[in-house]
Parts: sequence; structure tokens; C-alpha cells
Amino acid sequence: MTGAQIIQLLQSAICFGTVIMFGAIGEILTEKSGNLNLGVPGIMYLGGIAGLAASFFYEFNNPDPNGLICLLISFGAAFLVAALGGLLYSFLTITLRANQNVTGLTLTIFGGGVANFFGGSLNTLAGGVGQISVAATSAVYRANIHNITNLGVFGQLFLSYGFMAYLAIAAAILMAWFLNRTRTGLNLRAVGENPATADAAGINVTRYKYLATCVGAGISGLGGLYYTMDYIKGTWANDGTIESLGWLAVALVIFATWRSTNAIWGSYLFGLLFWVYQYIPGLGRKDMELFKMLPYLVTILVLIAISLRKKRENQPPASLGLAYFREER
Amino acid sequence: MSQARQKKEPLLRIAKRDGISRPAAYGIRLIAVALALLVSGAFIYAVTKLNPIEVYRGIFDGAFGTKRRCWVTVRDTMMLLCIGIGLAPAFKMKFWNIGAEGQILIGGVLTAGIMRAFGSSIPTPALLLIMAAASLVGGCIWGVIPAAFKAKWNTNETLFTLMMNYVAIQITSYCVALWENPIGSNTVGIINQQTKAGWFPEVFGQAYGLNVILVMALTIGMYIYLKYSKHGYEITVVGDSVNTARYAGINVKKVTIRTMALSGAICGLAGFIAVAGSSHTISTSTAGGRGFTAIIVAWLAQFNSFVMVLISLLLVFLQKGAIQIASQFNLNDYASNIITGIILFFILGSEFFINYRVIPRGKKEGNGK
Repeated sequence: MTGAQIIQLLQSAICFGTVIMFGAIGEILTEKSGNLNLGVPGIMYLGGIAGLAASFFYEFNNPDPNGLICLLISFGAAFLVAALGGLLYSFLTITLRANQNVTGLTLTIFGGGVANFFGGSLNTLAGGVGQISVAATSAVYRANIHNITNLGVFGQLFLSYGFMAYLAIAAAILMAWFLNRTRTGLNLRAVGENPATADAAGINVTRYKYLATCVGAGISGLGGLYYTMDYIKGTWANDGTIESLGWLAVALVIFATWRSTNAIWGSYLFGLLFWVYQYIPGLGRKDMELFKMLPYLVTILVLIAISLRKKRENQPPASLGLAYFREER
Repeated sequence: MSQARQKKEPLLRIAKRDGISRPAAYGIRLIAVALALLVSGAFIYAVTKLNPIEVYRGIFDGAFGTKRRCWVTVRDTMMLLCIGIGLAPAFKMKFWNIGAEGQILIGGVLTAGIMRAFGSSIPTPALLLIMAAASLVGGCIWGVIPAAFKAKWNTNETLFTLMMNYVAIQITSYCVALWENPIGSNTVGIINQQTKAGWFPEVFGQAYGLNVILVMALTIGMYIYLKYSKHGYEITVVGDSVNTARYAGINVKKVTIRTMALSGAICGLAGFIAVAGSSHTISTSTAGGRGFTAIIVAWLAQFNSFVMVLISLLLVFLQKGAIQIASQFNLNDYASNIITGIILFFILGSEFFINYRVIPRGKKEGNGK
């Protein structure tokens, strides 16, 4: 493997990792409140399509789009619509007390349906022809300082990504600080571990769960936005990639043992495992398919390892997946 | 208790129902479905500007418009139902088997492999039996792996089975590349198109007759198994409370593994039915998300096989209809997933009104607080 190839592999690993890192950070926040939201793929779909649709309509109606407005519109729309997905999930599971797993899976079906439906037909509906494309917005997302600074290998490795790759890292660190170093974060963790105790201590369990789930969904949705805007360059593909990435994000939460800082290197590792098949010489096309199993196999191994070691700090939040009804303690 | 602190009585209060009569429960569910249909109709209207009545006529036409469409609807209903039947025992045990997709694919891959390899050497009836057995074993193994870890070390089964899906998908991709026909098409093509070896024979002159017979047999069998057998009782107890089960002397580990073996095997068999009984090919979309939809089917039916028939039919009916409307308007098939999602959200939400009452402010309750 040549040096150029190694750099290329690391670059694609980081791009790939960024998508699932957003998904995982959002889901960590959600799960810390005790909600196991299996709707992450659907939420990432919603975020992706909302960002795409918003910038599409802006670019469609403005022949000379302003980069900053493109950015704000698509970013805001992605976060908002994804958070609305989280709100729907919260309303069903927290207020209407529906089962979390079933609701999450339904959200995945629904989000995938909405996104693929509009992704595939938005352009037709608006009277255009061919594939949807938002070149101007995508250019903003893909702008990087490597192109201007030209620092060689260092620039290629560390500066060649759109701003969202750095935003993901910042979000991961901020999330760790929020969960472990703030009073609100402590309260949130208490809600996820033992809602009855938290309730008795005067914490508004319902509000914490709602907020954590909606904000978490918004963050997860940014993963979908990064995917559509940067990863596939402002187009849409009905190939179900976001769904498989969404499930990988759920896997990454376990891999990171519910710590967002671990999700940083974990996501890059997943990216590396996912892309490594392209750089192993002499692989046939069918062998490549087997190599693509690696991230999932690694997750299974981690899952088993966590359950074997039973270290207390590596366990999921104690009330994860369980609904809390004050009357039914 | 906290009433004293509250200045005002809350606008709405929620109280658990002691019980609800069966007709009332189904009435609430019917209202939910009707509301969901209204919302779906509004969505289709917003996109296509079709008259809503036209929309529903289009949906009906798509599902039952011709004899062939009727049978396709029946075939897909049976497929969804079969997976739901497979998932029911696992979910009743509160074992979150999200891995039906993988179990179906493994069953399907084994079926397709045997069909390709022995299509010319073994007569179809024997071949069908071999393929069915292989798919049962394949699905069974795929289900038992996470179950064994769950039983032994309490490994999280939701995520384990989920990951097993992707392992199965990649194995399927590998086999699709291996069996590619014609080369470069990236599909397996219709297997044994000329000889029809290993295909389900026509029963009563219907291509999908055998699908219906097999799945209905499973439906009745599962109803009896869950309701009247000792195994079914053990599953119920483990599902309600693991500690009670242990106290009653039920071997929870054994029940977990045994139930998942059964659940995985039936899902594997669904893969066999999908390949030998309907598509006669294999691809990563052979399961096509039905492993997830079937979870919801089983859950909403509360594991009653006969209710599952109705829910499967409803979902497939709407999917076929949505696909029909989408193709009329040059939109894509994903509209059907949106409608499925809307309906499921409404039914999920309606369960709340079956279990709880909402009491508005000021209204007094008969039997004190």
C-alpha cells in the first residue's frame, strides 16, 4: 500500500465516520434519558432530505444563491425536521406510552419512506427533469482550507474536510462535558438510570426525556445532512445507504459504551473497517462483500465483551428501553 | 398526594382502565385506522391533487383490481404473516428479535443455493423438502447465536440480532456476486427458469396456493402452540417476569434458546417461501424490510395469529395501493412506506386509549381517588 493510498483510506474513513458520529452522539443523548430510539436511521433520513429539500427550493427559486443562506436554511431545516421526528417518537413513547422499540422501528420505516419518496420525486414534483442536485449548497458544505493553505500531507489528513467533520468532533466533546460536568447532565443521567428516584428528587422526568430525545434526534439528523451534502455531494440516492449507516450509528453507541468521546475514534475505526477492502490487493468483487461485514462483526464482539466483563461504567443506562409511569411504580 | 401543591387541577388527567370490553377495544383501533387513512389520503392528495375518493379507488384497484393483483396481494400478505408468526413467540417472551431480516436472508440464500446446485439432479418434491429443511436450520442457527449469548451472559439481543442482519446481508451480497447470471448484471436472475425445478408447484391451479397452505398451517399451529401448549405457557411466564419464571422452576435459559430456535427457523422458512414460492431469485432485498414490518404486525396483534392475518392484509393492501398510485403519477414506490408508517403510528397511539382513560378537568370520577 502506497502512502497516497493510506492517506486516501484515512480520508474516506473520516468522512464515513463523521456521518455515523453525528448519529451516535444524538443517540447517546437520547439513550442517556432512558429512551432507546431505534428510529435513528429514519431520523437521519429525515435530516438528510429536509436539508436537501430546503436548499433545493432555495436554489430553485434563486438563480444566484447566497452561500450563507444555503447553509443556514439547510442546516436549520435538517435539525428541525429531525427533531420533529424525535418529537413524534417522544409523544408516542412518553405521553402515549407506546413501546419504544416498535415506535422506533416505525419511525425508521416512515423516515425512510418520506426521504426516499421526496428524494426521488422532488425534482419531478417541482417540474424539473433528472436527478435532484444542489450544487451551490453542497459547495459550501465541502469548502475546506486544505485547498487554500496547501500544507501537504498534514493538510490532506487534517484540513481537507468540510466544516461538519470538525463540528462532529466538537459536538462529541461538548456532549461529554454536558453529560459529565453539568448539573443538567447529571439530572439527565439520573433520569436514564432510575427515573423514579429522579422524579422523587424533583426532576421533571417527562421534560428531560422529551428534550433529550428531540435534541438528540436533531443531532442525529445532522448525520443525514452531512451524508447528502458532503458525502454524496448534494444529490440523492435511493439505495438505502443512510439506513445501514443509521444502524451502524446505533451500533457505535454500544461500541463507544455510551461515551461520546469514544464515539470519535470509534466512528473513524468503523470507517476504516468499512473501506479497507478497497485497499487490499487481489480481492475479487465477492470477497469485498465479505469484508464489508467487518464493522458489524466488530460490534458484535464488543457487545459480547461488554456483557462478559460486566464493568459497571460500561453498562447501558439502567432504565434503557423502559417507559416510566409515575402511577405504575 | 401532590394535589395540595397544585394550584389548579390539570386540564387532562390520565387514569388506567380496569379493563375494556373487546368490542370497545376494536372500536378504538378501527377509529385509529380510519384516521390514519384520512391522513394518508390527505398526504396523497397534497402530492397528486387527486380527488381523495379517486385515491381510495386507486388503492383498491392496485390491490384487488385484477385477478393477478389479488394473488400478488395474497402472496405478499402470506409472506409478511409468515415472518410475523415466526417473530411472535420471541416477542411474547420479550426477546427483541430484530434479526428477522437476517434469518429470512439466510433461509433464502440456502434455498437459492440448493435450487441452483441440485435443480437438474433431484426431482422437485424432494428438492423442496431439502430446501425447506436447510432454510429451517439456517434460520434456526441465525436465531440461536444471539439467544445463546443472551441466555449465558445476558448480551443485549436487540443490538446483537440487528448486527446479525448485516452479516447476513453481506453473505447474501457475496452469494449474489458468486452466482451472478448473466455475468455483470449484479443479480442472480431467475433460477431454473426453463425447468422450474425447485419451484412451488401449482396447487388448485394457483401459483401461490402452496404459500397460502403452508402459512395458514403455521398460523393455526402457532396459535395452538402459544395458547395451549406447555411451551407456550413457559414463554408467557418468561415474557411477563423472568423472576417469576425462575421461581416457578422454569429453565429460563433453555426456554430462551428453544424459543429463538423456533422463531429463527420459521423466519428462515419465510426465506424459503420467498425464494422457492415467489421470486425464484435471491438478492439483498429479498427480505425487503419485512422483517421489521412483521415485528409491528406481531406486536400490534398481541401475538394472536389470527389478528396478525388481518393486520398483514391491511398493510399489504395499502402498500400495493400506494405503489399503484405512485406509478400512475410517476412517483416512486416509497409512498407506500410513508403510508405504512402513518398507519402504524396511529395504531400504536391508539393502544394508549385502550389502556388508559383521559379525564378532562372538572369531571368527577365515580369511584373516588
